[in-house]
Amino acid sequence: MDGFRYFEGVATLAMDENACVGCGMCAAVCPHAVMALQNGKARIADKDECMECGACAGNCPTGAVSVTPGVGCAAYIIQTWIRGKNIPLDAKCC
Amino acid sequence: MTEASKQPGNCCVPAADQKTGTDTAGRDCIASGDTALEPTAGRGYEPGPKPKPSSGPGSGGFSMTVRKETTGLSIANAAGPDSLFLAPDHDAGEPCCGPPPSPRSGVHERPGYKICRFVEHFIETPAGPVPKVKTDTGFHDFLGTLSARSGLSRNNYKIAPGLYAAGNPDAGSPVLVTANYKLGFDKLRSCLKHTDAWILVIDTRGINVWCAGGKALFSAGEVVREIKRSGLSKVVYHRRLVLPQLAANGVSARDVKRGCGFEVLWGPVRVEDIGAFLENGMKASPEMRRVTFNTAERLVLIPVEVYFLWKPALWAIAAAVLLSGIGPDIFSPAEALRRGAMAAAAFGTGILAGAVATPFLLPWIPGRAFSLKGALAGVVCSVLLLPAFRGELTALEAPALFLVCVAVSSYLAMNFTGSTPFTSPSGVEKEMRISMPLQAGAIAAAIGYWLMAAFK
Repeated sequence: MDGFRYFEGVATLAMDENACVGCGMCAAVCPHAVMALQNGKARIADKDECMECGACAGNCPTGAVSVTPGVGCAAYIIQTWIRGKNIPLDAKCC
Repeated sequence: MTEASKQPGNCCVPAADQKTGTDTAGRDCIASGDTALEPTAGRGYEPGPKPKPSSGPGSGGFSMTVRKETTGLSIANAAGPDSLFLAPDHDAGEPCCGPPPSPRSGVHERPGYKICRFVEHFIETPAGPVPKVKTDTGFHDFLGTLSARSGLSRNNYKIAPGLYAAGNPDAGSPVLVTANYKLGFDKLRSCLKHTDAWILVIDTRGINVWCAGGKALFSAGEVVREIKRSGLSKVVYHRRLVLPQLAANGVSARDVKRGCGFEVLWGPVRVEDIGAFLENGMKASPEMRRVTFNTAERLVLIPVEVYFLWKPALWAIAAAVLLSGIGPDIFSPAEALRRGAMAAAAFGTGILAGAVATPFLLPWIPGRAFSLKGALAGVVCSVLLLPAFRGELTALEAPALFLVCVAVSSYLAMNFTGSTPFTSPSGVEKEMRISMPLQAGAIAAAIGYWLMAAFK
C-alpha cells in the first residue's frame, strides 16, 4: 500500500497451490493486491501486505487459501486476552 | 408478520415512542430522526394509485409538514376526530387565520411512518412501491454526517433495510447492494446522479460495509434474507448483484448464489468509482480494487478517535488530581488542583499526540510499530508542553509528566491500528505484547516520581 507497510513475516496467510482452481476470486476481493493469478493459478504475490481481513479465504471455493482473520484494534485484542478468543464482536471496539 | 416490519423509505416510529425496538429477527429498529421502526402494518399493502402531483408542492404530492400533522397517534389525541380529515385542497378558500392549509396527504403516507427526507417519490413495481431516492444530499444529511463523524450518533445512524431505487431503473437495471449505515448510503446515492439502478440495503445494524463484513453482520445469509424479503426477483429479470468489494470479508459469493440464485459481482472499493465500474461492463480496474489511506481519509477519522476518549480521560484526570494532593500534609486540596492541572495537561497532550498528531502525520513519522510512532509523537509534544510549566516543575515532576505524555500517546496510537486499512491483527498483537508492558511501566514510574516529588 502506497506509503504504508506494517510488520513483515507476521501474516497468517497461506496458500495450497494444489487445491487452487484458478478462479481468481481471491485476487478480485483482496484490497491490497496480495494475491495474483499466474499461469491459471493464484499465488501469494506480497504476503506482508496482507491485513488478514479474510475476504480471500471466505471466497475461495476449494479452501486453497487460508488465513486467520480478525479485527486489528488494540481494545479488541485486550478483550480477547482477558475473556478468551471467542468473544462476540461488539460495537465497543470499532 | 414481523419479517415485514421495516419499510424502506418510511422513516419509522410512532412519534410517541422513539425507543429502539427489536423484531424477532433480532434487528435493531432505528431511533434516530431519519429512521424507521415500524409498528404493526404488514408489507403487503395495496399499492395505491400514483400520487397526484396536483396536490401541491413537492413531487409525489407529499410534504413533510402534512405528514407530521396527519400521522401517528398524537393527532387523534391532540385534536378532535375532525382533524383526521385534512382540509380539502380545492375549495378551501381564504382561511380565517393563518396560512392556507397544506395539501392532502400523499398515498404512500401510512399511519405510524414518516417518509424519509431522501425519498423523492415511490416507483410501482411487481414487489410493491419502492422508494426512489434523491441523488442530491442536503444540509440535513450534512448535519447527520457531521454528527456521525464526530462520534455523537455514530453507533445509531441507520436507515431501514430493503429495496430502493435511484434514477429510473427497470427490470434490467443493476442491483447495488450496500449496508444500512446512513453515511455510506448517502455517499452511494450521491454517486448515482447519472445512473439508473436498484439499491438493496442490508440490515448491518447501522454499521459500515467493511466493519460489518468483519463482524459477520454483512453476510451471505443477510443478503439472501433481504433479497427474499424485498421480492427482488420479481423486480429484476437478471440474477446479478453488485456488492462492494469491501464486503467480501463477510460475504461468501457462492453462499449467496446457493441461497438465492443471484450471482455476486464485486464492485469497486470506493463508491466514487461505481459509475465507471458500471460503464466499464461491471469490471473493476486494479486501482478500483485497492484501498488507500490518504491524508483526507485519515483526518475524517480523528474526531471519533478523540470523542470516545472522554470517559477514560475523566477517570484519568480524577486520578491525577487525587494523586497530586497526596503529600506531607496527607492531602492538600490546593496542591491537588495546582499539580492536578499540570498532570491533566500532560495527559491531554498525550491525547493530542497519540489520537490527533499520529493519525494525521502517520506516513511521515518513522517506524512501523504504531506504539513507536505514538511514543515519538509524544516525545515531541511533551518537549513543546513542558516549558509552559517552567519554574513550577521540580526535577522529579518533569520526567513524570514526560512519561505520562509519551505512554498515553503510544497507547492511543497503537489503538489507532483498528481504524487503519492495512494493519493485520497478528501484527497488532505482536506489537502490543512488546509495547504494553513498556507503556504500563512508564505510567508506574510516572506515578512514583509524582508521589516522591510531593515529599521532597
